[in-house]
Amino acid sequence: MTWLSITIAGILTYFTRMTMIVLVRRDLLGEKIKAVLAYVPSAVFPAIIFPAIFINDYGAYIEMNDPKIFGALVAIIVGYFSRNVIATIFSGLLSYWIIIFIFLS
Amino acid sequence: MLSKKQLFSRGMLDIAPHMLSVIPFGIICGAIGVDLGFNPYLVYAMSIIIFGGASQIVFLQLLSGGASSLVAVTSVGVINSRHLLYGAVLSEYLEKLSFIKKLLISYVVVDQGFAESNKFFKKNKTEQYLHYHLLGTGITMWVCWQIATLAGIILGSFVPEELGLKFAIPLTFIAIVVQDLKKLDHVIVMLVCGISSLLFFEAPFKSYILISPVIALFVAALLLRLKK
Repeated sequence: MTWLSITIAGILTYFTRMTMIVLVRRDLLGEKIKAVLAYVPSAVFPAIIFPAIFINDYGAYIEMNDPKIFGALVAIIVGYFSRNVIATIFSGLLSYWIIIFIFLS
Repeated sequence: MLSKKQLFSRGMLDIAPHMLSVIPFGIICGAIGVDLGFNPYLVYAMSIIIFGGASQIVFLQLLSGGASSLVAVTSVGVINSRHLLYGAVLSEYLEKLSFIKKLLISYVVVDQGFAESNKFFKKNKTEQYLHYHLLGTGITMWVCWQIATLAGIILGSFVPEELGLKFAIPLTFIAIVVQDLKKLDHVIVMLVCGISSLLFFEAPFKSYILISPVIALFVAALLLRLKK
């Protein structure tokens, strides 16, 4: 039963990936729609970022002094100026670790 | 003009830094699946059949929490529906590919690969073999994801939980969008999406991941109108 569910979930997922690539042709999308689609990264990724920072494993909002908020702010500043993915991820993790291991331990 | 090989390696290089968060996350995903009491083969098969990070964990957590298969499958479908938007954006660059090639390349379209390849495509529209960049990002993600989830399944969660490495996931996506903070319209769209995702977090089937981009894109359309 679980195997069947996984297979169906996999087929569904594959369809989400394939449908637009196969169906959409240039003349199908007007200039206006293309202009809106240019916002896709900005319109999708915060839906992954925000809950991962502001909502904990138990589905509750975190406190305003949670170390994740500090880590995210450091990552944003470092990322903005360095334009470097590794520096962004690492600075965020490092500042998060400094708080949880040094200040909160 | 770059060769196919050059484009492929460029894709690999562009996605490589994200492995810093993808690999620990894959290990955690594999380990959680086994911890929840699922057959290890089944947990691993998901990495091939679904190949979709968070949706794999959600699926197993729902089932182990007593949800019906229908709810679990629907949630995976909803979570992964964001690929429809990626496909719509990428279609412009993949237009010249044959039907079969489109079917094949679709399998490796993932968040980070889409983001990095899309950035490259925008700057290099005239390249003939652009899709090799997408193959480079996608296949690198695929291989790393397989190895990482397998390692988590076999070795268990050998990444100490106290490190809180799940936090690397939002950081990876911050790295992707951070340069767009220079543009006010993008900042507004990001805030609308982020705040909506918190407001609708409790919506059924994890649909906040679909609802918030739709609201954000609607706001983007309004902003475009105002700009004129």
